[in-house]
Amino acid sequence: MKIIVCVKQVPDTNEVRIDPVKGTLIREGVPSILNPDDANALEAALQIKDELEDTTVTVLTMGPPQADVMLRECMAMGADKAVLLSDRAFAGADTWATSNTLAQAIRKLGGADIVFAGRQAIDGDTAQVGPQIATRLDMPQVTYVQDIKLEGDTAVVQRQLEDGYEVIEVRMPVLLTAVKELNTPRYMSISSIFDAYEKEITIWGLKNLGLGEGEVGLKASPTQVKRSFTPDPKGKGEVFTGQPKELVSKLLSQLREKHIV
Amino acid sequence: MSVHIINEKCKGCTKCVKSCPFDALKMEEKLAVIQDNCTSCGICIEACTFDAIYKEAEDRKTKDLSAYTGVWVFAEQREGKLTPVVIELMGEGKKLADEVGTYLGAVLCGKGVDGLAQELIRYGADRVFYCEDDLLEPFTTDSYAIAISRAIEEYKPEIVLYGATHIGRDLAPRIAAKVNTGLTADCTKLEIDPEDKKLMQTRPAFGGNLMATIVCPDHRPQMSTVRPGVMAKAEYDPKRTGEVVRMSISIAPEDLRTRVRDVVKSLGETVSLTDAEFIVSGGKGIGGPEGFKLLRQLADKLGGSIGSSRACVDAGWIDHAYQVGQTGTTVKPKVYIACGISGAIQHLAGMQSSDTIIAINKNENAPIFGVADIGLVGDLYQIVPEIIAQLDE
Repeated sequence: MKIIVCVKQVPDTNEVRIDPVKGTLIREGVPSILNPDDANALEAALQIKDELEDTTVTVLTMGPPQADVMLRECMAMGADKAVLLSDRAFAGADTWATSNTLAQAIRKLGGADIVFAGRQAIDGDTAQVGPQIATRLDMPQVTYVQDIKLEGDTAVVQRQLEDGYEVIEVRMPVLLTAVKELNTPRYMSISSIFDAYEKEITIWGLKNLGLGEGEVGLKASPTQVKRSFTPDPKGKGEVFTGQPKELVSKLLSQLREKHIV
Repeated sequence: MSVHIINEKCKGCTKCVKSCPFDALKMEEKLAVIQDNCTSCGICIEACTFDAIYKEAEDRKTKDLSAYTGVWVFAEQREGKLTPVVIELMGEGKKLADEVGTYLGAVLCGKGVDGLAQELIRYGADRVFYCEDDLLEPFTTDSYAIAISRAIEEYKPEIVLYGATHIGRDLAPRIAAKVNTGLTADCTKLEIDPEDKKLMQTRPAFGGNLMATIVCPDHRPQMSTVRPGVMAKAEYDPKRTGEVVRMSISIAPEDLRTRVRDVVKSLGETVSLTDAEFIVSGGKGIGGPEGFKLLRQLADKLGGSIGSSRACVDAGWIDHAYQVGQTGTTVKPKVYIACGISGAIQHLAGMQSSDTIIAINKNENAPIFGVADIGLVGDLYQIVPEIIAQLDE
């Protein structure tokens, strides 16, 4: 079984704070991490590798050279190989251009029986790159996957819905996007961390992929950021302290004044 | 629109490096350098006090976009019922169509759902594009992607809106890649640029810490998924008439590569947070799963629903279906009562457009008080029973 897991290095958005005076993001000291849903995708791949002999798991990312730290973490968790797509020309890519670049790398890697991705990355929250890679590779996709069972060349997966789930049967090759309910990602072991730093990371740029400048990055992106801004905080209301009885009567009189209750 | 540094003007102050949400700037020999992971968001341009950073407009070929007309809504239906977000999209779509000066369309897929076509017209559609086929029921990504892509290629809408549901977010990216256009995810605000009549799509990114306005200048259609619960619902007019365009789309069985074996509904009540007028929501401060029993008493009294912060869901106190926030549901009830919720930015992103926000928290410095209209500092286990008691009086 050949598995490719698409991963992304993201800033830990839970650690981001807003400067209360300037209203700007405080990015300093915010760690870069493996995107959480991608960790679930990798874990799913590694569980298949635990079960099935002759399974190779390759992690693939597009990002700056610093992303190699995350790739080594993935190898320390158990991935066999790592590929980093890095080139100035890839900068400013939207999901169209990102999926074009990743799909080309998957072709160059000779395709896969299963391509995994996380449902979405916490810095962009788009959930679009997975399905778009599948479209470009003409593969079926199942998103929001919360359970996977393999039956020969068929995957039987649970796809999370708002009010339950679907059980979907799909013949491989297939692209699956993982949600956090799928599993609990394993930790790295000390010895595997050492091994991971011995391994080579394959780095491919634009030329290695055989793509033109107009097919990647900002130039190939149909969407563009016109403006970014930090959201306005809502005006501060009234805060009361005191005994519960008084607090509640103040609250209810205000609500009655506004005809809310 | 890529971002560049003017080396002569850069003083090496590192303000831009600190401002970058994506860690895409670094210092090299006391000058700022933009790296590969730049998203061209432009935050650094505002941060720079020396005007040393600018955004360059790409030289793009202008294509003939005039063939594209109409604002379309993807009329998502499950088991013959329109998903609630569709009504919201019809309301928003009508507003956009009026501003552009074009018609409002709806694209409907399924088998034997003719009644829904009429319903869409009564909600404001001028034209309903109805793709009917045995293989379009139930939803599968492959069949819907084929049908809607063909409809788009044939009738060339200039804007297509999808609900950011589990189906919409699965389907829309696939269609965007097929018809070769852009797609903006999870929009919370849509506007028409009065100058060029193009769609400006605003969405939260970065866990709600950053808002970005996205445009799709020279590809059509301009497509967005829209967060449920954000846009105002369309009015229902039982007398309204419109045109139903039947599209014969024959889908071959081999086009469908997935098969739905079973659909399992989650046990217990279905949670309809987006429809609730009152939401009594609990956070870590409730201390345990039994805290929701008290909140439910108040919610029942007000005729509303209970909700939850992510912390309680992660702790296993309550089902994910109740989660309000960036990774849960966006809500805008008449009244949102936050009990023992500190107010992480991800939570605020999902509830701050509620009409009235009431916060109950022991910690008077909790960020939730920053967005609350009325804040009560104290123990929720004393205050909530008191509210119930005083409402009874």
